[in-house]
Amino acid sequence: MSVIVQAKKNAGVSRWKTLTRRLEHGDTIFRALTILAALIVVVTVGAIGLQLWNTSALSRDKFGWGFLIGQDWNPVAQNFGALPFIYGTLQSALLALVLAVPVGLGIAIFLSELAPDWLRQPLGFLVELLAAVPSVVYGLWGLFVFVPIFVKPIADALNQGLGFIPLFQGPVFGPSRFAASLVLAIMVLPTISAVSRDVFLAIPRAQREAALALGATRWEMISQVLVPYGLSGILGAVILGLGRALGETIAVTMLIGNNLDLTASILHPGYTMASLIVNEFTEATYPLYLQALIEIALVLFAITLLLNLIARLLIWRVARRTTTEARV
Amino acid sequence: MFKLKTAIAFGVILALAVIVSACASNAAPITAPTSAPAATPASGGVVAAPTSPAASGALTVNGAGGTFPYPLYSRWFYQYATVDPTVKFNYQAIGSGGGIAQITAKTVDFGASDAILNDSQLQAAPGLQMFPTVAGAIVPSYNLKDTDGNPITATIKFPRTALADIYLGKIKKWNDPVLTQANPDIKLPNKDIIVVHRSDGSGTTFIFTDYLSKVSADWKQQVGNSTSVQWPVGLGGKGNEGVSGVVAQNEGALGYIELAYALQNKLTYGLVQNKSGDYVQPTTAAVQSAMADFGTDMGDKLAISIVDAPGKTSWPISGYTYILVYMNQTDCAKAQKLTAFLKWAWSSGTQYATELEYIPLPDAVRTAVLSKLGQITCNGKPL
Amino acid sequence: MSQAMSLRASRTRYALRKFINTLMLSLTGLATLFAIIPLVWIVVYITREGGRYLSVDFFTQLPTPVGVPGGGIVNSLVGSLIVVGIACLIAIPISLVAALYVADHPTTPLGVLVRFSTDVLSGVPTIVVGMFAYALVVLPQRHFSALAGSVALAVIMVPPVLRTTEEMLKLVPRNLREGSLALGASNWKTSLQVLLPAALNGIVTGVMLGIARVAGETAPMIFTAFGNPFFNTDLSQPIATLPQTIFVYAISPYQDWHAKAWATAFVLIAAVLGLNIAARLLTWWRTRRLRLA
Repeated sequence: MSVIVQAKKNAGVSRWKTLTRRLEHGDTIFRALTILAALIVVVTVGAIGLQLWNTSALSRDKFGWGFLIGQDWNPVAQNFGALPFIYGTLQSALLALVLAVPVGLGIAIFLSELAPDWLRQPLGFLVELLAAVPSVVYGLWGLFVFVPIFVKPIADALNQGLGFIPLFQGPVFGPSRFAASLVLAIMVLPTISAVSRDVFLAIPRAQREAALALGATRWEMISQVLVPYGLSGILGAVILGLGRALGETIAVTMLIGNNLDLTASILHPGYTMASLIVNEFTEATYPLYLQALIEIALVLFAITLLLNLIARLLIWRVARRTTTEARV
Repeated sequence: MFKLKTAIAFGVILALAVIVSACASNAAPITAPTSAPAATPASGGVVAAPTSPAASGALTVNGAGGTFPYPLYSRWFYQYATVDPTVKFNYQAIGSGGGIAQITAKTVDFGASDAILNDSQLQAAPGLQMFPTVAGAIVPSYNLKDTDGNPITATIKFPRTALADIYLGKIKKWNDPVLTQANPDIKLPNKDIIVVHRSDGSGTTFIFTDYLSKVSADWKQQVGNSTSVQWPVGLGGKGNEGVSGVVAQNEGALGYIELAYALQNKLTYGLVQNKSGDYVQPTTAAVQSAMADFGTDMGDKLAISIVDAPGKTSWPISGYTYILVYMNQTDCAKAQKLTAFLKWAWSSGTQYATELEYIPLPDAVRTAVLSKLGQITCNGKPL
Repeated sequence: MSQAMSLRASRTRYALRKFINTLMLSLTGLATLFAIIPLVWIVVYITREGGRYLSVDFFTQLPTPVGVPGGGIVNSLVGSLIVVGIACLIAIPISLVAALYVADHPTTPLGVLVRFSTDVLSGVPTIVVGMFAYALVVLPQRHFSALAGSVALAVIMVPPVLRTTEEMLKLVPRNLREGSLALGASNWKTSLQVLLPAALNGIVTGVMLGIARVAGETAPMIFTAFGNPFFNTDLSQPIATLPQTIFVYAISPYQDWHAKAWATAFVLIAAVLGLNIAARLLTWWRTRRLRLA
């Protein structure tokens, strides 16, 4: 900025014109660059989708749409279907989000609004560190420590107390959708909490002061002013978390029990699309088998797209409502 | 606005170009491409003067394949560096399927597989030869308390078809007559058997289901034999550690794991009745006896299933692991190093195999394998 | 009379509001505790299981196979630094610049498309991304390489960095941007010198989450970086990485390797923590300098 001011002072009118022109020129280049970067991202994702489409042709031709509702996964009989995996993926990812979103938001609020300054940064580091634990470590720790000590007793209690609800039907084994979802929830926590925290921190002070001045309690200020104001950012964080939960492989595979079960019970073992891929990809012995696995990846791709579409519509509706209420 | 639209149009064209270029090369990712350009010498290793022992100038030979032999191979290559410091071996465990695909695509110098290659796989890679290196045994492992509530540490005996019936869901309880009759000294409880199997595709599952198919016609017809199958009952655990973890968590659980894993982690395992009706311990001798039972039937393929071996002293559930090498090599220096190494592995290398609980080849099989190794050529000429 | 009643009612309502306030605020503290517990638990567990390997040798020696004492992970440590470093060089500039576009044009077709693409990409299993990098880099070159690993990781890094940056850019007050433009600064100057610095804290969070995520990825490494028991810094050659070492050691039957797997996991987590702290210090130092100036 100071450069411009100086230029204006020192140079004549004609020089000033060339300078603006050059700057405008810079803007054109910059604009082209941003478009290029945006395109690279779109093209990469498109190419991945296209690759999945191209390399699953055998399986798509053989099973057609029936692939989506097929309940078998039989490499010996060469009969493949995706339903148990679609179901398991949706159930475990949604359960993980239900567990992780409130906790993640709580952490974000605590770190941005309540924690004393000296505690804020170290706690933030610790929470973000959860993202750095490799998923195989989550898997092994979950399998040998977390599930037997923590998850199984809770699952037993849920089953004994609420076993009449299909959601908590027994029998209870260690590995289950519940166990996988709990560990998934821990894994997506850092994303949700760290991004939401920064969203809260970025909200202008004036918003808070106005709410407090009107006599709101701190919690009312947070829940009725900060959350609606930062909603887009928070939902962005939740969507990143959802992506992680849908695509996570090794930790889930070690904890979910890998069973083609279609019951409603979260205490039963299940199977996800991502864990199926990681389980069988390296040992798929004939082309149709491999292509069926790739079609699973394609289905996951499409489902992620669909879920994001739904999420966007929800955001749009919520945002419309809150703008009319809060910002008028 | 106009400018933006032009830019987008331009971008879309660019995008298509990138997509096309990306997809030109991915007709068959990772799995075997049908036509791999054979002329391109395989991976990395820059060939420096082979006589120079300097580490940086050493020849690198890359290999990829199953996870089962990885600990042994890495030990072998480590020890072999003291025998011949002019060559470096890099073996990575990417799975047997991956190993077959990579050697077919010639992105590596040798492959490794626990599963026997089928005809179509061999056709896709003409001249590819399987060499058995060692064998491994599989044992049933369980977590169970007897009727008095004491953990059972004794070896439970499983009659010949019992495992098949358990994995089919026909035998449901630990005190099923089939099991109590075979184990009169053990107070087997009235408890459900929680069946645990591998969830990941693996050579271990291939060998185990091969065994079940041999001893049970029902299994063969209903489930079959593959690196992973549609299990009628049970929970899946990823890898040996996954199976043993699930078994440890559930009283009454039964799973199959590699013998090496059971021994190293001090897990309780049972005995399985062999074809002649005997119960033998899964020792080196028992597995070598199974290998010898089929020794003369290996033929040119040098690969054979050794489950349900007929010998009195044979352990019934075991299998070879193989190294995959082209009989006609294109890089003579590498070919020489590779064959020299394999000769070493089958002689001096066996002590490390035993140390790590792998089972070395019996003499008869080794002779056949060494004679085949002598026939490897380089660009059509003998080495 | 009615006045007194309404006064009492408003008092009870006030008490209720205060109670809810205290309750919810305590719950947020509890939530934070909930997140810290598993982390501490995991770190204690891996230190107990692998702590005996954490010595100087572990950081300076090449790996040894089972049955040979000693050995370290220097090849994987350096390998991970290289692979993740190159991935950052590819992913961060693209993500930041693309985020500038999306934040600027949230409703254009391309803007919507970018947002959707990144959201979908975040749900693609990493092994599939590995497969993509294999087809893009490994197959044409006919050999595995560190570069292929970096490409795979770069793709995985894009969603967290891009989306976080975009959201943080949207929260930069409008007047800051308008002020800059009003002073005659060009669009690109405004973007690079006003918007990005204003959103810096959040962007660093996104980058750190991205690095933490990819530094621990095993699945996409298998078909790209491949692994290497020797020391390598050549980008066109196979290279070892920490998560792959952890994976291979952890699934082996041998206790000795299990311990090494845990020790390696400890090193990985500590390295990411160190990086995070360094990045935060740099940001803090930079923002302070900006404020002083």
